[in-house]
Amino acid sequence: MAGTAVRGRLNWQLANVGSVTDETARVRTITLDAPDWPEHRAGQHLDVRLTADDGYRAERSYSIASAPGEPLAITVERLDDGEVSPYLADELMAGDELELRGPIGGYFVWSAADGGPLLLMAGGSGIVPLRAMLRERQRSGSTVPARLLYSSRSWDDVIYRAELSGYDATVVHTLTRAQPAGWTGYARRVDERMLAEVAWPASEAALAYVCGPTSFVEAVATGLVRLGYPPERVKTERFGATGG
Amino acid sequence: MLRTAGLVTAVVVGLNVYLARYSVRMSPISRGFRGRRREGPAGRVPPGQYVTTDFPVLSAGPTPRTPLDKWTFSIATGGGSKSWTWAEFRALPAETVTADIHCVTRWSKLDTRWQGVSVDVLLDQVEHTAAYVLAFSDGGYTTNLPVADLTGGRAWVAFDFDGKPLAPEHGGPARLLVPHLYFWKSAKWVRGLRLRDTDEPGFWENYGYHMYGDPWREQRYAGD
Repeated sequence: MAGTAVRGRLNWQLANVGSVTDETARVRTITLDAPDWPEHRAGQHLDVRLTADDGYRAERSYSIASAPGEPLAITVERLDDGEVSPYLADELMAGDELELRGPIGGYFVWSAADGGPLLLMAGGSGIVPLRAMLRERQRSGSTVPARLLYSSRSWDDVIYRAELSGYDATVVHTLTRAQPAGWTGYARRVDERMLAEVAWPASEAALAYVCGPTSFVEAVATGLVRLGYPPERVKTERFGATGG
Repeated sequence: MLRTAGLVTAVVVGLNVYLARYSVRMSPISRGFRGRRREGPAGRVPPGQYVTTDFPVLSAGPTPRTPLDKWTFSIATGGGSKSWTWAEFRALPAETVTADIHCVTRWSKLDTRWQGVSVDVLLDQVEHTAAYVLAFSDGGYTTNLPVADLTGGRAWVAFDFDGKPLAPEHGGPARLLVPHLYFWKSAKWVRGLRLRDTDEPGFWENYGYHMYGDPWREQRYAGD
Protein backbone atom coordinates (compact mmCIF):
# COMPACT_ATOMS: atom_id res chain seq x y z
CA MET A 1 0.00 0.00 0.00
CA ALA A 2 1.51 3.28 -1.03
CA GLY A 3 1.92 5.87 1.64
CA THR A 4 0.84 9.43 1.49
CA ALA A 5 3.97 11.31 2.29
CA VAL A 6 3.64 14.54 4.14
CA ARG A 7 4.99 17.16 1.78
CA GLY A 8 7.28 19.62 3.42
CA ARG A 9 7.47 20.58 7.01
CA LEU A 10 4.53 20.13 9.35
CA ASN A 11 4.40 23.61 10.77
CA TRP A 12 2.98 24.54 14.12
CA GLN A 13 -0.17 26.57 13.80
CA LEU A 14 -2.38 28.43 16.16
CA ALA A 15 -5.91 27.28 16.81
CA ASN A 16 -8.65 28.80 18.91
CA VAL A 17 -10.57 26.56 21.24
CA GLY A 18 -14.17 26.69 20.07
CA SER A 19 -15.85 24.57 22.68
CA VAL A 20 -15.15 22.01 25.37
CA THR A 21 -17.71 19.29 26.03
CA ASP A 22 -17.53 16.70 28.79
CA GLU A 23 -18.01 13.19 27.44
CA THR A 24 -17.45 11.40 30.76
CA ALA A 25 -16.01 12.39 34.14
CA ARG A 26 -12.49 11.91 32.73
CA VAL A 27 -12.91 12.69 29.06
CA ARG A 28 -13.75 15.81 27.11
CA THR A 29 -13.99 16.80 23.48
CA ILE A 30 -12.32 20.02 22.37
CA THR A 31 -13.23 21.65 19.09
CA LEU A 32 -10.51 23.70 17.46
CA ASP A 33 -10.86 26.56 15.05
CA ALA A 34 -7.66 26.13 13.02
CA PRO A 35 -7.72 28.35 9.93
CA ASP A 36 -4.63 26.74 8.38
CA TRP A 37 -5.65 23.14 9.01
CA PRO A 38 -5.21 20.96 5.91
CA GLU A 39 -7.70 18.18 5.23
CA HIS A 40 -7.10 15.11 7.37
CA ARG A 41 -8.32 11.54 7.05
CA ALA A 42 -10.35 9.65 9.61
CA GLY A 43 -7.95 7.88 11.98
CA GLN A 44 -5.08 10.36 11.86
CA HIS A 45 -3.74 12.27 14.84
CA LEU A 46 -2.23 15.64 15.60
CA ASP A 47 0.36 17.05 17.97
CA VAL A 48 -0.50 19.60 20.64
CA ARG A 49 2.12 21.87 22.19
CA LEU A 50 1.78 23.71 25.49
CA THR A 51 4.12 26.49 26.59
CA ALA A 52 4.59 27.58 30.22
CA ASP A 53 5.31 31.23 31.03
CA ASP A 54 9.02 30.43 31.50
CA GLY A 55 9.23 28.90 28.03
CA TYR A 56 9.01 25.25 29.13
CA ARG A 57 7.10 23.20 26.60
CA ALA A 58 5.39 19.85 26.41
CA GLU A 59 3.98 18.11 23.35
CA ARG A 60 1.71 15.10 22.96
CA SER A 61 -0.20 13.40 20.15
CA TYR A 62 -3.99 13.02 20.16
CA SER A 63 -6.28 11.19 17.81
CA ILE A 64 -8.55 13.40 15.77
CA ALA A 65 -12.18 12.83 16.76
CA SER A 66 -13.83 14.56 13.80
CA ALA A 67 -14.36 13.44 10.23
CA PRO A 68 -12.68 15.29 7.37
CA GLY A 69 -14.61 18.42 6.55
CA GLU A 70 -16.11 18.75 10.02
CA PRO A 71 -14.88 21.26 12.58
CA LEU A 72 -11.59 19.88 13.89
CA ALA A 73 -11.94 18.13 17.25
CA ILE A 74 -9.89 16.02 19.62
CA THR A 75 -11.16 13.96 22.54
CA VAL A 76 -8.81 13.77 25.50
CA GLU A 77 -8.82 11.45 28.50
CA ARG A 78 -7.29 12.85 31.67
CA LEU A 79 -4.38 10.66 32.78
CA ASP A 80 -3.76 11.44 36.42
CA ASP A 81 0.01 11.18 36.15
CA GLY A 82 0.02 12.86 32.75
CA GLU A 83 1.45 16.24 31.89
CA VAL A 84 -0.60 17.54 28.99
CA SER A 85 -3.91 15.70 29.31
CA PRO A 86 -4.82 17.11 32.77
CA TYR A 87 -4.34 20.59 31.36
CA LEU A 88 -6.46 19.89 28.30
CA ALA A 89 -9.13 18.07 30.31
CA ASP A 90 -9.32 20.47 33.27
CA GLU A 91 -7.87 23.89 32.47
CA LEU A 92 -8.47 24.65 28.82
CA MET A 93 -11.45 26.88 28.08
CA ALA A 94 -13.29 28.09 25.02
CA GLY A 95 -11.44 31.05 23.57
CA ASP A 96 -7.98 29.82 24.63
CA GLU A 97 -5.26 29.49 22.01
CA LEU A 98 -3.63 26.13 21.37
CA GLU A 99 -0.66 25.26 19.16
CA LEU A 100 -0.98 22.18 17.02
CA ARG A 101 0.44 20.53 13.96
CA GLY A 102 -0.64 17.67 11.72
CA PRO A 103 -2.30 15.64 10.45
CA ILE A 104 0.06 12.78 11.29
CA GLY A 105 -0.04 9.10 10.38
CA GLY A 106 -1.48 7.57 7.26
CA TYR A 107 -1.82 3.85 7.94
CA PHE A 108 -4.53 3.68 10.58
CA VAL A 109 -7.01 5.55 8.36
CA TRP A 110 -10.30 4.77 6.68
CA SER A 111 -12.22 6.39 3.87
CA ALA A 112 -15.15 5.08 1.83
CA ALA A 113 -12.76 3.94 -0.93
CA ASP A 114 -11.21 1.45 1.50
CA GLY A 115 -14.49 -0.43 1.64
CA GLY A 116 -15.34 -3.03 4.23
CA PRO A 117 -17.17 -4.57 5.91
CA LEU A 118 -15.75 -2.61 8.81
CA LEU A 119 -14.87 -4.11 12.17
CA LEU A 120 -14.06 -1.45 14.72
CA MET A 121 -12.63 -2.61 18.04
CA ALA A 122 -12.19 -0.01 20.75
CA GLY A 123 -10.78 -0.18 24.26
CA GLY A 124 -11.46 2.91 26.39
CA SER A 125 -10.40 6.13 24.70
CA GLY A 126 -9.31 4.01 21.73
CA ILE A 127 -12.81 4.80 20.46
CA VAL A 128 -11.69 8.28 19.34
CA PRO A 129 -10.16 7.53 15.90
CA LEU A 130 -12.84 4.91 15.30
CA ARG A 131 -15.53 7.51 15.99
CA ALA A 132 -13.91 9.66 13.30
CA MET A 133 -14.27 6.68 10.93
CA LEU A 134 -17.94 6.21 11.84
CA ARG A 135 -18.57 9.90 11.22
CA GLU A 136 -16.71 9.72 7.91
CA ARG A 137 -18.75 6.69 6.90
CA GLN A 138 -21.94 8.57 7.61
CA ARG A 139 -20.75 11.84 6.06
CA SER A 140 -19.64 10.13 2.85
CA GLY A 141 -22.87 8.16 2.53
CA SER A 142 -20.94 4.90 2.54
CA THR A 143 -23.12 1.81 2.76
CA VAL A 144 -20.27 -0.40 3.98
CA PRO A 145 -21.67 -2.46 6.88
CA ALA A 146 -19.98 -1.75 10.20
CA ARG A 147 -19.72 -3.42 13.57
CA LEU A 148 -18.24 -1.83 16.66
CA LEU A 149 -17.18 -3.73 19.76
CA TYR A 150 -16.37 -1.26 22.51
CA SER A 151 -14.80 -2.25 25.82
CA SER A 152 -15.24 0.20 28.72
CA ARG A 153 -14.84 -0.08 32.46
CA SER A 154 -18.40 0.96 33.22
CA TRP A 155 -21.46 2.46 31.52
CA ASP A 156 -20.43 5.89 32.80
CA ASP A 157 -17.04 5.51 31.12
CA VAL A 158 -18.52 4.99 27.65
CA ILE A 159 -17.38 7.89 25.50
CA TYR A 160 -19.86 9.19 22.85
CA ARG A 161 -22.47 6.92 24.42
CA ALA A 162 -25.58 8.59 23.00
CA GLU A 163 -23.99 9.29 19.63
CA LEU A 164 -22.88 5.71 19.10
CA SER A 165 -26.43 4.39 19.32
CA GLY A 166 -27.39 6.66 16.44
CA TYR A 167 -25.22 5.15 13.73
CA ASP A 168 -26.47 2.66 11.19
CA ALA A 169 -24.06 0.10 12.62
CA THR A 170 -24.08 -2.79 15.04
CA VAL A 171 -22.70 -1.48 18.33
CA VAL A 172 -21.83 -3.97 21.07
CA HIS A 173 -20.60 -2.86 24.47
CA THR A 174 -18.68 -4.83 27.03
CA LEU A 175 -18.34 -3.39 30.55
CA THR A 176 -15.35 -4.90 32.28
CA ARG A 177 -15.51 -3.58 35.85
CA ALA A 178 -19.04 -2.47 36.72
CA GLN A 179 -22.40 -2.94 35.06
CA PRO A 180 -25.67 -1.11 35.61
CA ALA A 181 -28.53 -3.01 37.25
CA GLY A 182 -30.21 -5.24 34.74
CA TRP A 183 -27.25 -5.21 32.29
CA THR A 184 -27.54 -8.18 29.98
CA GLY A 185 -24.61 -7.40 27.71
CA TYR A 186 -21.02 -8.56 27.92
CA ALA A 187 -19.33 -7.96 31.27
CA ARG A 188 -15.76 -9.13 30.71
CA ARG A 189 -12.61 -8.33 28.81
CA VAL A 190 -12.72 -9.15 25.12
CA ASP A 191 -11.79 -12.78 24.58
CA GLU A 192 -11.82 -15.10 21.61
CA ARG A 193 -15.34 -16.33 22.29
CA MET A 194 -16.63 -12.76 22.27
CA LEU A 195 -14.68 -12.04 19.10
CA ALA A 196 -16.14 -15.10 17.42
CA GLU A 197 -19.64 -13.94 18.37
CA VAL A 198 -19.27 -10.30 17.36
CA ALA A 199 -16.66 -10.05 14.60
CA TRP A 200 -17.47 -10.59 10.95
CA PRO A 201 -16.55 -14.14 9.94
CA ALA A 202 -13.17 -14.28 8.24
CA SER A 203 -14.97 -15.23 5.00
CA GLU A 204 -16.41 -11.68 4.85
CA ALA A 205 -12.87 -10.31 4.33
CA ALA A 206 -13.58 -7.51 6.76
CA LEU A 207 -11.23 -4.62 7.42
CA ALA A 208 -10.44 -4.39 11.14
CA TYR A 209 -9.26 -1.35 13.10
CA VAL A 210 -8.20 -2.01 16.67
CA CYS A 211 -7.36 0.84 19.05
CA GLY A 212 -6.84 0.84 22.79
CA PRO A 213 -4.36 -0.02 25.51
CA THR A 214 -1.61 -2.46 24.60
CA SER A 215 -3.13 -5.46 26.42
CA PHE A 216 -6.47 -4.91 24.66
CA VAL A 217 -4.89 -4.54 21.23
CA GLU A 218 -2.66 -7.57 21.69
CA ALA A 219 -5.59 -9.75 22.74
CA VAL A 220 -7.90 -8.54 19.97
CA ALA A 221 -5.38 -8.55 17.12
CA THR A 222 -4.06 -11.98 18.05
CA GLY A 223 -7.62 -13.27 18.38
CA LEU A 224 -8.66 -11.93 14.99
CA VAL A 225 -5.65 -13.56 13.32
CA ARG A 226 -6.60 -16.86 14.98
CA LEU A 227 -10.12 -16.44 13.61
CA GLY A 228 -8.59 -16.27 10.14
CA TYR A 229 -8.24 -12.52 9.54
CA PRO A 230 -5.16 -11.86 7.39
CA PRO A 231 -2.74 -9.72 9.45
CA GLU A 232 -2.69 -7.05 6.75
CA ARG A 233 -6.47 -6.56 7.24
CA VAL A 234 -5.98 -5.85 10.96
CA LYS A 235 -4.71 -2.33 11.60
CA THR A 236 -3.77 -1.43 15.13
CA GLU A 237 -3.01 1.59 17.22
CA ARG A 238 -1.79 1.07 20.77
CA PHE A 239 -1.72 3.44 23.70
CA GLY A 240 1.15 3.02 26.09
CA ALA A 241 0.38 2.91 29.78
CA THR A 242 2.18 6.21 30.26
CA GLY A 243 2.06 9.56 28.61
CA GLY A 244 -0.72 12.02 28.46
CA MET B 1 10.23 13.03 -1.14
CA LEU B 2 12.36 15.84 0.10
CA ARG B 3 15.74 14.72 -1.09
CA THR B 4 17.05 17.75 -2.91
CA ALA B 5 20.55 18.83 -3.63
CA GLY B 6 22.95 21.61 -2.89
CA LEU B 7 21.58 25.09 -2.84
CA VAL B 8 17.97 24.03 -2.58
CA THR B 9 18.69 22.05 0.56
CA ALA B 10 20.57 24.97 2.03
CA VAL B 11 17.64 27.27 1.35
CA VAL B 12 15.18 24.77 2.86
CA VAL B 13 17.35 24.34 5.95
CA GLY B 14 17.63 28.09 6.27
CA LEU B 15 13.89 28.44 6.00
CA ASN B 16 13.36 25.79 8.66
CA VAL B 17 15.73 27.56 11.02
CA TYR B 18 13.83 30.75 10.36
CA LEU B 19 10.48 29.06 10.96
CA ALA B 20 11.75 27.41 14.13
CA ARG B 21 12.88 30.75 15.49
CA TYR B 22 9.68 32.38 14.36
CA SER B 23 7.62 29.75 16.14
CA VAL B 24 9.70 30.13 19.31
CA ARG B 25 8.81 33.81 19.33
CA MET B 26 5.19 33.23 18.44
CA SER B 27 4.26 30.42 20.84
CA PRO B 28 1.49 31.74 23.04
CA ILE B 29 1.73 31.09 26.76
CA SER B 30 -0.72 28.35 27.70
CA ARG B 31 -2.64 30.08 30.49
CA GLY B 32 -2.07 28.25 33.75
CA PHE B 33 0.20 25.56 32.32
CA ARG B 34 3.14 24.64 34.54
CA GLY B 35 4.09 21.17 33.34
CA ARG B 36 5.38 18.26 35.36
CA ARG B 37 8.89 18.51 33.92
CA ARG B 38 9.92 14.91 33.98
CA GLU B 39 12.99 15.75 31.96
CA GLY B 40 15.37 13.26 33.55
CA PRO B 41 19.12 13.55 34.09
CA ALA B 42 20.91 16.34 32.23
CA GLY B 43 22.22 15.37 28.81
CA ARG B 44 20.38 12.05 28.73
CA VAL B 45 16.92 12.99 27.46
CA PRO B 46 16.48 14.63 24.04
CA PRO B 47 14.27 17.69 23.63
CA GLY B 48 10.53 17.04 23.78
CA GLN B 49 10.94 13.66 25.48
CA TYR B 50 9.90 12.51 28.95
CA VAL B 51 11.30 9.60 30.91
CA THR B 52 9.19 6.54 31.55
CA THR B 53 9.93 3.33 33.40
CA ASP B 54 7.28 1.41 31.43
CA PHE B 55 7.99 -0.11 28.06
CA PRO B 56 5.08 1.01 25.89
CA VAL B 57 4.31 -0.94 22.73
CA LEU B 58 3.57 0.69 19.39
CA SER B 59 3.08 -1.19 16.17
CA ALA B 60 0.78 -1.01 13.18
CA GLY B 61 -0.58 -4.54 13.08
CA PRO B 62 -0.92 -7.84 14.88
CA THR B 63 2.20 -9.20 16.57
CA PRO B 64 3.80 -11.76 14.21
CA ARG B 65 4.91 -15.06 15.73
CA THR B 66 7.49 -16.84 13.60
CA PRO B 67 8.72 -20.17 15.02
CA LEU B 68 12.47 -20.22 15.53
CA ASP B 69 12.91 -23.17 13.17
CA LYS B 70 11.40 -21.03 10.38
CA TRP B 71 13.35 -17.91 11.31
CA THR B 72 16.29 -16.69 9.24
CA PHE B 73 18.21 -13.46 9.07
CA SER B 74 19.45 -12.41 5.67
CA ILE B 75 21.45 -9.64 4.09
CA ALA B 76 20.71 -8.99 0.44
CA THR B 77 23.30 -7.14 -1.61
CA GLY B 78 23.03 -6.20 -5.26
CA GLY B 79 24.98 -9.31 -6.15
CA GLY B 80 23.67 -11.96 -3.81
CA SER B 81 22.63 -12.68 -0.28
CA LYS B 82 23.85 -14.20 2.97
CA SER B 83 21.50 -15.92 5.38
CA TRP B 84 21.70 -17.29 8.92
CA THR B 85 19.36 -19.74 10.63
CA TRP B 86 18.42 -19.00 14.25
CA ALA B 87 21.06 -21.46 15.47
CA GLU B 88 23.71 -19.94 13.21
CA PHE B 89 22.73 -16.44 14.26
CA ARG B 90 22.88 -17.31 17.96
CA ALA B 91 26.30 -18.87 17.47
CA LEU B 92 27.67 -15.48 16.42
CA PRO B 93 29.48 -13.44 19.08
CA ALA B 94 26.97 -11.41 21.07
CA GLU B 95 27.41 -8.25 23.12
CA THR B 96 25.68 -6.85 26.17
CA VAL B 97 24.43 -3.34 25.52
CA THR B 98 23.08 -0.75 27.94
CA ALA B 99 21.42 2.12 26.12
CA ASP B 100 18.86 4.91 26.41
CA ILE B 101 16.01 4.59 23.90
CA HIS B 102 13.77 7.33 22.56
CA CYS B 103 10.37 6.82 20.94
CA VAL B 104 8.95 9.42 18.56
CA THR B 105 5.76 9.35 20.65
CA ARG B 106 7.91 11.16 23.25
CA TRP B 107 8.79 8.58 25.87
CA SER B 108 12.42 7.84 26.63
CA LYS B 109 13.60 4.90 28.68
CA LEU B 110 17.03 5.05 30.25
CA ASP B 111 19.59 2.30 30.81
CA THR B 112 17.77 -0.45 28.94
CA ARG B 113 19.77 -3.70 28.88
CA TRP B 114 20.02 -5.85 25.78
CA GLN B 115 22.00 -8.66 24.28
CA GLY B 116 22.53 -8.79 20.57
CA VAL B 117 24.81 -9.39 17.66
CA SER B 118 26.56 -6.28 16.41
CA VAL B 119 25.51 -5.36 12.87
CA ASP B 120 29.25 -4.98 12.20
CA VAL B 121 29.61 -8.75 12.67
CA LEU B 122 26.83 -9.42 10.18
CA LEU B 123 27.95 -6.91 7.55
CA ASP B 124 31.55 -8.15 7.78
CA GLN B 125 30.37 -11.37 6.15
CA VAL B 126 29.18 -9.74 2.92
CA GLU B 127 30.96 -7.71 0.27
CA HIS B 128 29.21 -4.48 -0.51
CA THR B 129 29.64 -0.81 -1.25
CA ALA B 130 26.12 0.25 -0.29
CA ALA B 131 25.42 3.48 1.57
CA TYR B 132 21.89 2.65 2.77
CA VAL B 133 19.90 -0.19 4.24
CA LEU B 134 16.23 -1.06 4.19
CA ALA B 135 15.59 -3.30 7.18
CA PHE B 136 12.63 -5.65 6.73
CA SER B 137 10.53 -7.55 9.23
CA ASP B 138 7.86 -10.19 9.64
CA GLY B 139 4.50 -8.55 9.03
CA GLY B 140 5.84 -6.38 6.21
CA TYR B 141 7.38 -3.58 8.26
CA THR B 142 10.40 -1.80 6.79
CA THR B 143 12.60 1.10 7.82
CA ASN B 144 15.53 2.83 6.14
CA LEU B 145 18.90 3.72 7.65
CA PRO B 146 22.33 4.80 6.43
CA VAL B 147 24.93 2.01 6.62
CA ALA B 148 27.10 4.46 8.58
CA ASP B 149 24.51 4.41 11.40
CA LEU B 150 24.46 0.62 11.55
CA THR B 151 28.24 0.20 11.78
CA GLY B 152 30.96 1.25 14.18
CA GLY B 153 29.41 -0.45 17.20
CA ARG B 154 26.18 1.57 17.13
CA ALA B 155 23.61 -1.04 16.07
CA TRP B 156 22.70 -4.61 16.98
CA VAL B 157 20.24 -7.36 16.18
CA ALA B 158 18.99 -7.87 19.73
CA PHE B 159 17.40 -11.06 21.03
CA ASP B 160 17.40 -10.51 24.78
CA PHE B 161 15.93 -7.67 26.85
CA ASP B 162 16.56 -7.22 30.58
CA GLY B 163 18.00 -10.71 30.92
CA LYS B 164 15.11 -12.49 29.19
CA PRO B 165 14.37 -13.53 25.62
CA LEU B 166 12.81 -10.57 23.83
CA ALA B 167 9.00 -10.80 24.10
CA PRO B 168 6.99 -10.94 20.84
CA GLU B 169 5.19 -7.63 21.51
CA HIS B 170 8.58 -5.94 21.86
CA GLY B 171 9.86 -7.42 18.62
CA GLY B 172 11.02 -10.91 19.56
CA PRO B 173 12.57 -13.18 18.64
CA ALA B 174 14.90 -10.45 17.38
CA ARG B 175 14.72 -6.76 16.63
CA LEU B 176 17.09 -4.16 15.35
CA LEU B 177 18.54 -1.96 18.10
CA VAL B 178 19.77 1.46 16.95
CA PRO B 179 19.48 3.49 20.14
CA HIS B 180 20.86 6.75 18.76
CA LEU B 181 17.88 7.13 16.40
CA TYR B 182 14.15 7.30 17.21
CA PHE B 183 13.00 3.84 18.14
CA TRP B 184 10.85 3.21 15.04
CA LYS B 185 14.20 2.70 13.28
CA SER B 186 14.87 -0.24 15.63
CA ALA B 187 12.65 -2.55 13.56
CA LYS B 188 10.78 -5.18 15.55
CA TRP B 189 10.66 -8.77 14.25
CA VAL B 190 13.57 -7.95 11.94
CA ARG B 191 14.41 -10.61 9.38
CA GLY B 192 17.07 -8.95 7.33
CA LEU B 193 18.71 -6.00 5.65
CA ARG B 194 18.53 -4.99 2.01
CA LEU B 195 21.64 -3.04 1.03
CA ARG B 196 20.99 -0.20 -1.38
CA ASP B 197 22.79 2.63 -3.12
CA THR B 198 19.96 5.08 -2.52
CA ASP B 199 17.90 6.01 0.52
CA GLU B 200 14.35 4.76 -0.01
CA PRO B 201 11.67 5.43 2.61
CA GLY B 202 10.42 2.54 4.75
CA PHE B 203 6.98 2.05 6.30
CA TRP B 204 6.59 5.04 8.62
CA GLU B 205 8.88 7.18 6.47
CA ASN B 206 6.34 6.71 3.66
CA TYR B 207 3.69 8.09 5.97
CA GLY B 208 5.55 11.30 6.64
CA TYR B 209 7.98 10.38 9.38
CA HIS B 210 11.54 11.62 9.08
CA MET B 211 13.98 9.79 6.78
CA TYR B 212 16.76 9.85 9.40
CA GLY B 213 15.12 10.36 12.81
CA ASP B 214 17.75 11.91 15.09
CA PRO B 215 16.07 12.47 18.49
CA TRP B 216 18.59 15.13 19.51
CA ARG B 217 17.50 17.21 16.50
CA GLU B 218 13.83 16.28 17.00
CA GLN B 219 13.57 14.82 13.51
CA ARG B 220 10.09 13.41 14.04
CA TYR B 221 8.41 14.20 10.74
CA ALA B 222 9.57 14.92 7.20
CA GLY B 223 11.04 18.39 7.08
CA ASP B 224 11.83 18.61 10.82
